[in-house]
Amino acid sequence: MLTTLNPRIFFGCAVLLALVFTAVFAPWLAPHDPLTQDLLYGSLPPAWSVGGEPAYLFGTDTLGRDILSRLIFGAQPALIVAVAGAGLAAIIGVSLGLMAGFRGGWIDSSISRLVDVWMAFPAVLLSIVLVAILGAGLGSVVLAIAIIDWTRFCRVVRAETMQQAQLDYVVSARTIGFTGFQTLTREVLPNLWPLILTLFTLEMGIAIVVEAILSFVGLSVSSDMPTWGSLIRDGRLYVNQIPWLLGLPVLAIAITVLGLNALGDGLREALDPSVRV
Amino acid sequence: MNSSSTVLDIAQLHVAAVARQRFRQRVTMLLRDVSLSVQAGEVRALVGESGAGKSMIVRTVLDVAPVGVKILSGQINLLGLDWLKTRALERRAHLGKDIALIPQDPLTALNPVLRIGRQMGDLLAQHLPLDHNARRELMLQWLDAVQIREPMRVLEQYPHELSGGMRQRVLIAMAFSCKPQLILADEPTTALDVTVQREVLALLRQLQRQHQTAILFITHNLGIVAKLCDSATVLHSGMVLEQGSVAEIFSNANRHQAAAYTEALLAATPRYDRPGEMLTPVAPEVTTALRQKAAAFDKRYANEHRIQLAQAD
Repeated sequence: MLTTLNPRIFFGCAVLLALVFTAVFAPWLAPHDPLTQDLLYGSLPPAWSVGGEPAYLFGTDTLGRDILSRLIFGAQPALIVAVAGAGLAAIIGVSLGLMAGFRGGWIDSSISRLVDVWMAFPAVLLSIVLVAILGAGLGSVVLAIAIIDWTRFCRVVRAETMQQAQLDYVVSARTIGFTGFQTLTREVLPNLWPLILTLFTLEMGIAIVVEAILSFVGLSVSSDMPTWGSLIRDGRLYVNQIPWLLGLPVLAIAITVLGLNALGDGLREALDPSVRV
Repeated sequence: MNSSSTVLDIAQLHVAAVARQRFRQRVTMLLRDVSLSVQAGEVRALVGESGAGKSMIVRTVLDVAPVGVKILSGQINLLGLDWLKTRALERRAHLGKDIALIPQDPLTALNPVLRIGRQMGDLLAQHLPLDHNARRELMLQWLDAVQIREPMRVLEQYPHELSGGMRQRVLIAMAFSCKPQLILADEPTTALDVTVQREVLALLRQLQRQHQTAILFITHNLGIVAKLCDSATVLHSGMVLEQGSVAEIFSNANRHQAAAYTEALLAATPRYDRPGEMLTPVAPEVTTALRQKAAAFDKRYANEHRIQLAQAD
């Protein structure tokens, strides 16, 4: 299957591994505590520029907190939100999509209408409202992402299931005494894994962006946990004085999302059954 | 098993596609008063041109008819069960075990992302109380029985790694693997080239004789009927035109009037004993007459049962 490693998959996997590694080993990787303030060393420029301190590689923010450490610790909420948010969205979306695509009839119409209505709401607005209702915290952010973005999985899985349901081997499965549930899980679902995996990696990128947006408007986790979004919010105020404060977290988000999208695209090509068969 | 017992008995089956047009149900008749039966151990051919309703019969029996196709009236007696009144749970216990399907197109009938071993194993696990090793042993036996070399390797392969003929052999092995009493073979050789067709047919006949399985063999190839089948049912426009033993169908074709179509079909079949002879296409009068007969039938049936026919074209 993956005999020739697509460069996009390679790049995407590298980014994903780096993200996981950084998040897991953050306490050991970070040179400083991300929360310790040192007002004597506030607003330091990066180490290599004039006035920089070698102990603070990317400088410090206005409160004297080490930016590099805050970036490193910011990988933790990003990874949690990406995996849990996308995972939960996938579970909801895939199950509803399978049901709608396979059963058809009124089940299909009601789920499809629900998706239509759902997608009519602006995603960012909906997420802000949701988190405002659910209260701040990582759990609420994950839940909000899942509640908003399950429709992506649902639509795609429904369409693919409908197509699969007409194929000979699915009909054959019924003729050997499989129940509808067995047919779905043992015949249809294996054909959908590449699709779901691709969507999942794309959704991880989206989840990271949504978390950043929520952090930016101050609706994500509490301030004692640095996230990339909250770093951007802090940096925005001083963008003229200390531009790297804004630039570095933006760069971190951009590289991560780019990597995950590349991975998704690469997987879509590599796992496409029409190429394999 | 009593050799004269009936495995499948379809009586006065009427099937139609039901569509809703402006809040009214409109029906298009697909099968008209179809009766046919298959005795234990018998190979019965179901002959007819495309659109005659051959596959519809099979799909109705197996309960995989397309959405909107409904049985209006009639009875299906399968394995001594009143099939249409049998609960789905009980029917599933028989499907694949006592009654199996050999599908038309071996290229699409196997799941492309699952290994052959998994697909055969799933079927066995569904119906036979065997552990993993016994299942594997049985799969190897059956692959061997359908003359697949290196069965061990085939079990680990994906469908696209096998040729069309190999895949049809796998499907035949699967159909026979739970020792069914009846196999519905839906044009199992149409998708194969002629030499492979021959091998697959020979294999099918050999397994049929060995296990005394009844087969309802759908085909439009009269050569196959003559070679493989004991009896035949000729179908056109969803109506049974003629049935009887193969010898009767072939020799007495011109004795009765209903057989005009069969006669025309026979004349349209290439014959090795008359090389170079032009084939006679089925005369349009014959089929037009049959279509008119079908339309007249529909009118009568619709009046009797107070149903609305879809607009005739």
